[in-house]
Amino acid sequence: MVPTSYYIILSAVLFGLGIVAFVFKRNVITVFMSIELMLNAVNLAFVAFSRALGRLDGQVFVLFVIVVAAAEAAVGLGIIILIARQRQSLNVERANLLKF
Amino acid sequence: MTLPLLMFFLLAALAVAGAVSLILARHPIRSALSLIVVMVALAGLYLLLGAEFVAMVQIIVYAGAIMVLFVLVIMLLNAGEEERTNLSRLAGPPGLLLAGALAAFLVTAAARSGQFIAAGGSEAPSGAVSTRALSGLLFREFVFPFELTSFLILVAILGALVLAQRENS
Repeated sequence: MVPTSYYIILSAVLFGLGIVAFVFKRNVITVFMSIELMLNAVNLAFVAFSRALGRLDGQVFVLFVIVVAAAEAAVGLGIIILIARQRQSLNVERANLLKF
Repeated sequence: MTLPLLMFFLLAALAVAGAVSLILARHPIRSALSLIVVMVALAGLYLLLGAEFVAMVQIIVYAGAIMVLFVLVIMLLNAGEEERTNLSRLAGPPGLLLAGALAAFLVTAAARSGQFIAAGGSEAPSGAVSTRALSGLLFREFVFPFELTSFLILVAILGALVLAQRENS
């Protein structure tokens, strides 16, 4: 048996790497992918806690997170296509319409 | 070292390597491929945790559907290598510092809560039983949220259609 804390630590490391990617990457699509990475890290924590507590609720929540991620990907990529059409660029710094 | 522990470290190393490669890759398509590696490694970890159904859904929906959508959009927009500006170089050190601080905080919190988690530990139910119990839970206790997700997907489809259509039509 692998201790549950190992899974939680791996989940934290993956979440941290997701934040690093979110801050560092300049391409809109890659920034969006780093959000998916963070969602995956949270899913791992859910499943690990689900096993540790002997309840399956955590796995049900993972299914909901996956559904929300799929919906988010569909709408988000639509927005990205619009940004690319408007700005002729995928750089996040060009998407500054709401910037003060 | 036992086999599950060995498998865990193998898959964990694969996942972390994929995540690091996502950060280091300059081309979006390489980032997408490394993210698929992370997702497959996580599916393996779910199998190790006794969550077979979640592992299969991870492969089919995440690696199979969502990432295909990403790769399709990268091809559609003909995304090239990302450009570096002075501002993005400036944002590096504080961002790295903050992310490191957050990950360190999470790791220490997880390590400290180890004995609490171990206290409630129990043997995971085996595959078929686990999937059966999961579907029972999903269609009895969580049936209202489950139906709401179908509504959410419907709204997402409509939103994607409205966003992606041509403006003059």
